[in-house]
Amino acid sequence: MLKQTLLITLLGLRSIPERLGPSFVIIVGLAGVVAVFTALLAMAAGFQSTLKATGRADVALVLRGGSQAELNSGLSREQAAIIKEAPGVRGGGDGRPLASAEMVVIAELIKTGEKSGSNITVRGIEPTAFAIRPQLQVVEGRQFQPGLRELIVGRGVAQQFDGVRIGETLRMRGSDWTVVGVFESGDANESELWADVEVAQSTFNRQGFSAVRLQLDDPTALPALKDHLVADPRVNVDVESEEQYYSGQTEQFRKTIGALAGVVTAIMALGAMFAALNTMYAAVGTRAREIATLRAIGFGGGPVVVSVMIESLLLSIAGGLVGALLAYLLFNNMAVSTLGANFTQVVFRFAVTPELVRNGLVIAVAIGMVGGFLPALRAARQPVTTALRAA
Amino acid sequence: MTRTGFVLANLTRRKTRTALTLLSILTAFLLFGLLQAVNVLFSAGADFVGATRLVTQARVSFTQSLPMRLLPQIESVPGVEDVMWQQWFGAVWQENTQLIFLAVDPVRLRAVYPEYVMPDAQWKAFAETRTSMIVGRNLADQYGWKTGEKVPISSNIFPQKDGSKNWIFDLVGIYDGKDAQWQRNTNVGWINYDYFDEANLFGRGAAGTYTIRLANPDQARQVAETIDAMFENSPDETKTQTEKDFNIGFFKQIGDIGLIVRWILFAVFFTLLLVVGNTIAQSVRERIPEFAILKTLGFSDASVLGFVLAEAAALCVIGGLLGLGLATPLGIAIADATGGNLPIAVDHRVWLMGLAAIVLLSLAVGLLPALRAGRLTIVDALAGR
Repeated sequence: MLKQTLLITLLGLRSIPERLGPSFVIIVGLAGVVAVFTALLAMAAGFQSTLKATGRADVALVLRGGSQAELNSGLSREQAAIIKEAPGVRGGGDGRPLASAEMVVIAELIKTGEKSGSNITVRGIEPTAFAIRPQLQVVEGRQFQPGLRELIVGRGVAQQFDGVRIGETLRMRGSDWTVVGVFESGDANESELWADVEVAQSTFNRQGFSAVRLQLDDPTALPALKDHLVADPRVNVDVESEEQYYSGQTEQFRKTIGALAGVVTAIMALGAMFAALNTMYAAVGTRAREIATLRAIGFGGGPVVVSVMIESLLLSIAGGLVGALLAYLLFNNMAVSTLGANFTQVVFRFAVTPELVRNGLVIAVAIGMVGGFLPALRAARQPVTTALRAA
Repeated sequence: MTRTGFVLANLTRRKTRTALTLLSILTAFLLFGLLQAVNVLFSAGADFVGATRLVTQARVSFTQSLPMRLLPQIESVPGVEDVMWQQWFGAVWQENTQLIFLAVDPVRLRAVYPEYVMPDAQWKAFAETRTSMIVGRNLADQYGWKTGEKVPISSNIFPQKDGSKNWIFDLVGIYDGKDAQWQRNTNVGWINYDYFDEANLFGRGAAGTYTIRLANPDQARQVAETIDAMFENSPDETKTQTEKDFNIGFFKQIGDIGLIVRWILFAVFFTLLLVVGNTIAQSVRERIPEFAILKTLGFSDASVLGFVLAEAAALCVIGGLLGLGLATPLGIAIADATGGNLPIAVDHRVWLMGLAAIVLLSLAVGLLPALRAGRLTIVDALAGR
């Protein structure tokens, strides 16, 4: 049985070059399905990993109660000072708590090659903001000088938007800001512009802050900190870890992309399955006489079915691999931006993960199975005498 | 039997295959129509033609509130008929449902948006009740709100003076649109600005964005430029654009995702084309002996080539027209469902591209098989060589 299967399969595979066109259709069809599936989900994966890298479990984010996002939140100077003195916050080198009050506003920048503006986060920060985000480094130019209208821009913004190269000036509320440096952090911070908070407050006519970040002694200090701040009548705040804040933001995006990927993949998979069926029926048709001859000299029906299925599967897997490779070559690490929770752009990179490639191949195999099964049955069932007489 | 009849008869011979092929083409062109409409939208620039309303926002970002003191200056610009302002309230219903609520002056709202209709008594109540709000028909139906109720709405931005973010408004009216298009566009709640301005913690005088109704659409560009020039080099620099561009701006914020989705859907389209092309090629291969017989009967090479090409074209034209035909109402449905944020239209530009694509597709999938059928020699074909 095994030997028979092997023989028939090899016989079939050797004849593929004679039916190159139709066989090619299976490969291209499956490559299309897998490439689209992988690319769409690689986008969701990239967005998720960027935000995940941004949020740390041992940093608490304090917002005004019910604000949901930094942009909506507002805390007065007094409230910010109270929050910074909360228990469980690690001390900095100077004996003061490692805490950073930050102000978030939005500026419109023009994306390279586009005409209308996109919202970009402008974050006014105190020097402690860098201590809380050790991953962030100025890699080009220099740090902004406190008290001056100077900006440093995230690598992602610098690459994707116009008017923010070092030395250029950005006009915000009637005043010019000079870009003096570019920073990298490998996460969503790279989608922002940073400036001195005092200068930003005076330019944007704000008194207070949007949020306070607290470096905790360790993640387990969060519940106690939360209880303490919620019980304090002088402030009305929501407290969560940065990790929770950012992972909450990916949920909607993942759902949307997941639904889109599902619908598009399903439509394409139907088309590819139809193509595979067509191709394999034709393959079986052209080989009808040969298969009948084999049956006549004693080969069983089982090996015929299996051999047709194997041929279909091999073509499908080849297509799937081509598709995954295409998605990887075209999209992996490509930087793009979309709207995040603050109603501002988040720059992230596509991530074609091994898991996505595996899932893509599973889809390819499934389509190959279905595409091969019915034709295989027909091949095994056709009466030997009729097949031999025909053609 | 006529030649047309012959082509059609050939198509109906293998009903399953023809149906599946037609479905593939239909799906491809449905996607094509919608995509092309999105494409047109994304590539469109600022357009002042026929605009009856302008929106003035802070140049730095629409999230930055413009102050109320700009109002008299904007009103004094020639060509400006009515001006209203609107402040984003950040409304949250119950736990976590975000709604679009804006704080406005009731009388000005009515003047700037005559497309929204409501009984005079309700307009009067909206203007005269301090804690009043009105909501659109769709919004009222969705949440079961009735005129006369007190509706609790919280804000994720504005606390009241006592620090509470839970506001309560008197629902004094439910507005509707003047026609079917505007009736679908009734998902916004409006609250009385005077009360909001007085009761919120952050103090008074923040207008948000301004919406301007023009006396004459031809003046749109000129009015926009005049307004922006007036506030240049002040802390409150403005950006004035048409209401439509302002709305599309929201949609364009999704950024590269739109671009990538376009690429991917084009990949879908071309993969489906390949499938269709293969089907037609295959059906020709299977019928080679028949074509030989046709030629034996005296049909010329050109006629046989014509038969095959006509068959391919028939599939593409029927599937393509059905697909584009379906895309047209679907585009309208999407534009309506998104409340003007995604105003795509499968219009004449899209149809022209679609028709060109149908011709191209017919040739691409039909020409090679047709040439093959046209060139075959009778003896070889009949012998199965």
